[in-house]
Amino acid sequence: METLERIIADYPFFAGLESYYTNLLTGCASNARFDAGTYIFKEGEEANEFYLIRSGKVALEIFAPQRKPIMLATLGEGEILGWSWLLPPYLWKFHAHAIESTRAIALDGKCLRTKCEQNHDLGYEMLKRFAQIMEQRLEATRFQLLDVYAVGR
Amino acid sequence: MTMAAAATNDPMLPQPHSVRQVVKESSDTFTLTLEAPGGNRFQPGQFSMLWVFGVGELPISISGDPAERDRLVYTVRSVGQATQTLVSREVGEAIGVRGPFGTGWPVEKAQGRDVLVIAGGIGLAPLRPMIYEVLHHREKYGRLVILYGARSPRDLLYRKELAAWARQRETQVLVTVDYGGLSWRGNVGVVTTLFKHVRLQPTHSLAFACGPEIMMRFVARDLETHGLARENIYLSMERNMKCAVGFCGHCQYGPHFICKDGPIFPYDQLRPLLEKYEL
Repeated sequence: METLERIIADYPFFAGLESYYTNLLTGCASNARFDAGTYIFKEGEEANEFYLIRSGKVALEIFAPQRKPIMLATLGEGEILGWSWLLPPYLWKFHAHAIESTRAIALDGKCLRTKCEQNHDLGYEMLKRFAQIMEQRLEATRFQLLDVYAVGR
Repeated sequence: MTMAAAATNDPMLPQPHSVRQVVKESSDTFTLTLEAPGGNRFQPGQFSMLWVFGVGELPISISGDPAERDRLVYTVRSVGQATQTLVSREVGEAIGVRGPFGTGWPVEKAQGRDVLVIAGGIGLAPLRPMIYEVLHHREKYGRLVILYGARSPRDLLYRKELAAWARQRETQVLVTVDYGGLSWRGNVGVVTTLFKHVRLQPTHSLAFACGPEIMMRFVARDLETHGLARENIYLSMERNMKCAVGFCGHCQYGPHFICKDGPIFPYDQLRPLLEKYEL
């Protein structure tokens, strides 16, 4: 059986991270499972964790008054769900909706924040990795905003 | 040579072809099948000039199966008077056809390698003949990966075929849309977000992309980041083509005529041009 530490060490997001740090991360980790149709978190709730998706599919949704929810992006195996745990005020900005049965590793954000404060090398490793995810998502969002497939573009 | 035979060889002279079928693919996109009694001869990626008598002439990529020699198939997005008139033709009516013109996808170079097809919107149409080519000669190619992005689920082309292709051996089909409704259970996000779901073998792959130019720029850049050499990335370009044989200069793109030198180019030739906004 795969241990949590092995799963974390093999996860693409943590590629190249020293085993000392994966061991620290494992202390904040637990298995999580979400049935299709359930919400993992909702906008405005406290952001106390983030997820390494192992299988399934999660939609990021945003609500606007008098409109149906808008699906902004989908995340799947090998991807990271959530970074609001990292930055104040530690509140979710979107809904995360499991649209397929989803397995994940949940990492406790409060636990991890404490470890990052105590060990700045770990904090820097985490920030570098999250900054890359943020950059990729920002670029994808900009590209999406261009609406390149619309008529006349 | 008789006058008629000479006329048939004139690339500027449209030959009448009867409409066999018109199929609606989405709200504004149609697939037109024309009779080709003399047998079609085209390479995947080439285009024809379609003449709607009394309206005008349009460059349209061939989207059909090269193995189906008795027909010519085109997928057309109806966005103006000429395209609207084209897709409104009744079965049996005639359309003038010139061509095929232009360079095709580098079929032989792709043999023995993984083939990565990346399409955006109606850009799947010129790639479809290449997909057929790989599927008909499966033993000649490695894995076939098809990544397809569209604006919304209702804008997706060839839905049944996408599902059928996904069931073929050594074939991976991933579809994404920019705007998914709540009933959509597929991927949402731009086509480049699909790369992370693909096990790329960059030194053993050829990538073919077609879609809006800005999409291809993002795609080519990301493929390069994933380790594909520029000369192994091919893009299908589009410009205002008129004569289709390199005389008129309407489709000039830097030192190239898209109609004659293209429409398909390796990325190493295009990269400096793609970054010039005035071209």
